[in-house]
This record gives sequence, C-alpha cells and structure tokens, in this order.
Amino acid sequence: MVSIRQNLATAALPDFRNLGVMARALVFVNLLALAVAFVSEPVGARMLDVFVRGTVLLEPLLLVSLALLYAAAPLLRRLTFAPACAMIAVLVLALAAGTHAALGEYTEVTLARTLFYAAACVTLVLAYLTLHLRAYSPALAEARLQALQARIRPHFLFNSLNAVLALIRRDAPRAERALEDLAELFRALMSDGRSLVRLADEIALLERYAAIEQLRLGERLRMSWDLDHAPVDALLPPLVLQPLLENAIYHGVEPGTGIGDVLVRIERRGERVHTRIENPLPNEGRSARAGNHMALDNIRERLMLFFDAEARLETQVENGRYRVEIDIPYRTGAA
Amino acid sequence: MSTGEPRAELRVFIADDEAPARARLKQLLADVHAELATTVVGESANGLDVLEHLPASGAQVLLLDIQMPGLGGIELARHLGGLERAPAIIFVTAHDRHALEAFELNALDYLMKPVRAERLAAALKKAQAAGPPSREQLERAGAGAREFFSVAERNRVMLVPVAEVLYLKAELKYVTLRTLMGEHLIEEPLISIEREFGERFVRVHRNCLVARAAIRGFERTTGGSEEEPYWNVVLAGLEERLPVSRRQWPTVKGVLPEAKE
Repeated sequence: MVSIRQNLATAALPDFRNLGVMARALVFVNLLALAVAFVSEPVGARMLDVFVRGTVLLEPLLLVSLALLYAAAPLLRRLTFAPACAMIAVLVLALAAGTHAALGEYTEVTLARTLFYAAACVTLVLAYLTLHLRAYSPALAEARLQALQARIRPHFLFNSLNAVLALIRRDAPRAERALEDLAELFRALMSDGRSLVRLADEIALLERYAAIEQLRLGERLRMSWDLDHAPVDALLPPLVLQPLLENAIYHGVEPGTGIGDVLVRIERRGERVHTRIENPLPNEGRSARAGNHMALDNIRERLMLFFDAEARLETQVENGRYRVEIDIPYRTGAA
Repeated sequence: MSTGEPRAELRVFIADDEAPARARLKQLLADVHAELATTVVGESANGLDVLEHLPASGAQVLLLDIQMPGLGGIELARHLGGLERAPAIIFVTAHDRHALEAFELNALDYLMKPVRAERLAAALKKAQAAGPPSREQLERAGAGAREFFSVAERNRVMLVPVAEVLYLKAELKYVTLRTLMGEHLIEEPLISIEREFGERFVRVHRNCLVARAAIRGFERTTGGSEEEPYWNVVLAGLEERLPVSRRQWPTVKGVLPEAKE
C-alpha cells in the first residue's frame, strides 16, 4: 500500500512534482531577488534596473533547476533528508556555475556572487518548503479525526440498523447482506485516513453504501452509475467520494416525496481523474438541511493536504440539480 | 390480530417515510399484542398524506417520525391539534439532538429508533391515558416558524402556505387570513403570529399584520373635511387598501426604500 507517511514523519522533503511546491519556489526566489535589489538600490527605478539585470542569470537558472528537480524527484525520494538536501545544493550550484559561464557576459554579477546567491536561495527555499510541510502535518492528523467524526452520521447508522431489524424475520439473507455492507462501510470509516486507496476500493465502498440506502429508501432512490471509464488503479485519499454520495442522498433524496435521481460518474481525462456526483434539489425555497458545508470543507481540506494546488472541488446548482465535481491528478502506485 | 377479544383495540396510525421502519413498527405492535391490543388503521410516508388520511381513519394514537419529507413532524402535530378528535402523538426519531431536547423540556413523549417492544407498549399506554399534546407544548417544542397556517373544519384540516398570506387582520375572537384566493378564519392571537414569523410580517395597525414582500406602495387619503388624512398600504394583487395607524407609520414607511420622504 502506498502511503504518504514517509513524507510526513521523518524526512520532510518537499515533493518537487507538485504544482503548489513549484509555484511557491518560483514566487519565493523572485521575492528574494527583489529583496536583494532593494537592499542594494532602495530607489524605485534603479532597484528595478538591478533586479532586471539579475534576472538574466536568475530566471534561466531557476527554471532549469526546477525542471531538473522534477525529473530527479523519484531519485530524491529514495534518499533520506540530509543527503537529498546536499544533492539538491550540489545540483543547483553546478547549474549556477554553468549558467554564469554561458550568460555571464550579459551581466556584471561575478561568479562568486552568483554562487553565493544560489547557495542562499537553495538553503532558504528548502527551509521554507520544509517548514510549510511540517506546519501541515499535524493538520493532516487533525483532518483525519474530523473526517471520522463528520462521516458517521448517526441518523444514517440508526435508521440503517432499524431497517435491518425490520428485515430479519421477513428476509434473513438480505438482512445478512445488509449487515455485511454496514460492517465493511464502518471498517473503511475507522481505517487509517492517511493511506491512499485505489479508486476500485473507493467505488466498492460507494456501492455498498448505496445498497444500504436503497434498502431504507426503496424506490425513492434511483442510482445511476457511469463508471466505464473510471481509472480503477488511480490513487486517492480515502473517504473522499462516499461523503459526497451521502450528502447527495441526505439532501437530495430524503427530504423529497418523489423519486430522487442520483448520478455518480467517474472518468479519466488525460492525466486527471474527474468525478461528478449529482442530486435533485427537492426543497427549492424551503429551508435546506444543515451541515452540508462541514463535509465539503473537510473534503476540500483533505484534497489540498494530499494534492496541494493540483486538486479542485466545485459545486454548482443547475436546472434544479446540485452537482459536486472533483478533479484530481491521475496517480498510480507505480509513480 | 387475534379476534373475538372483548376489549377494544387501540387504533394506531403509523407515519414514517421509510418502508422498513413502518414494517418494523408493525412487527413490534404485533409482538406486544398480548399486553396491549392494537390495530393499525393507516400508514403514511409523508406529512401531507397524514393530514389527508388520518382524520377519517379514527386513529387514537399517531406514531410520528419527525424527519419526514413534505411537512416536519412537529408542525404536522400542531395542525392535527385542530381536529375535533385529535390523536395522541408519540414522536419517533433515529437521531435528532435538538428535537429530543425540545421534547424533554416540553414533556412530549418520544421513542428512539431502533424501538424496543417494551418501550413502545409503555408509550402507547401512556399516550392513551394522556391524550393529544397541548398546543402550548408543541409551540414551544417547534423549531422556527411554521410553513403553513391550518384551518380546521370539523374533521378536516386545510393548510394555507404562509408564503401565500397577504395580510392578517384581527376581528373579535378570530384572525382573518387573506390570500389572493380568498379569506380564512383562524383562531390564533395576532401577537403570537407576529412573534413566530418575525420579519415576514410588519404591523401596520393595532389589528393588522401585512406581508412585507406583498407591499407595493402607500397612498394618502384625501379624507373628508373632518377626518385627518392618513396613509393606506397598497398590496400586490388586491384592490383593498389597509389603513396604517399614525403610530406604526414611521416603521412601516421604511419597508419600501423609495417611500422614505
């Protein structure tokens, strides 16, 4: 099983394949360059002049370094924290020397200064990214707890148990299946929220959950599944989809008196995994059931912790239907 | 149900939106039959359906799930209170902390799902003795404002959506409730309606509340020679004008921004 724990507990090396990490490094280094320019020439126009002349060396170096780090990410992941940092420093300094040799004639900055700035940047950026990562690891444990608490909606548990009790005398085999589904659902709910799971497992969970709801709601719940193009080997944080389906039924089907159509569609689009869950809005204009945003905020937070800026969660109301869409990078255990 | 018993069976109506939950209650009623003879006289899956079918069923006790679509359990109970022979009510819920607190505070009887047979039998006996809950108990337990006013006619309850009401006018013992379709008489003090619905209605006169959203403007009467001129409120879709008392005018004129002078 692939886990992100090694990233958290000891070697807190940033993931150089993450868009958020890249963006932070880019912005941070440029801000550093601006600060250096400001210290040497505090006057507006001259400061800009110094900054622009510096960027002749800085930008190519920065972009090439990040590209190389992207390529070397799997290699770096195999090293422990200190050697990995040393390797990054050596790589960037070598690139700095190379850049100066190639572009030195366009700027007055000496080789010694270039190397000094490069070393300073590497140290500061690594320190910043490491601190940023560390600041979020307690939050991840916290989010996991919150996820647990938010997930077990007592209303669902007690109504499900009641439905199973009603079945025991009438249809014992079906009652047995329902209890097995319930057990599996709760096993997932109580598992370690920090391990990534395969999409196939998450889909199986959705189906078990829907089977229990079907038992309670009967023909009032009409599920449609569109999973033919779902990349079953994709990895994602656990219990991201089930709460959304639970919301769809709790807000979209239970408060209505008619039939509620709920759609689940999961598909791969290039290097992204796209999920859409849709439900009707039965009480337009009436007070909606509360508590929807807690689950959504929790999922958004966990997606951000796992994928940083590369995940997207959007909600939309259109033609009397409520839609949640999640877009995450397609990753498999092999990467 | 066993037959030939001399004692009368307690007539029970079951309201729950989940079919398995209704089935479970029927199993339990059968289980306690030796201790307490009951007969199920009706079942409903939503609140409006209960209002329609319960009166003719002659139910003595209603087992009422509070989380039903269409019409909430407590509001439904309030409307049923207007019936000539209102049933006793036992609320049933899987989990609703706020409702349970309100029930405890106002001494309303409730059962938790999954329901135990002995608890059900005890609650039925108690309800049989206690009769229907009082209006005050239900009013205090109700969370927020109702969605309907109810007009009781002998053994029937008619609902008027609060959103359709243009104004309410107190006359003697009754309050006249005006919608585009017509008028209805309800027996509720204007002051408690004003308190329950807060911002929705504005008092234009000692005896009159007007729906804020229905106000289209104000007209000043030219008045006779003896009368002082006064303001009238113009409502959407109504010919009728309602006088605004001098005391209420400062509050009322603020309802329409352009009415400020």
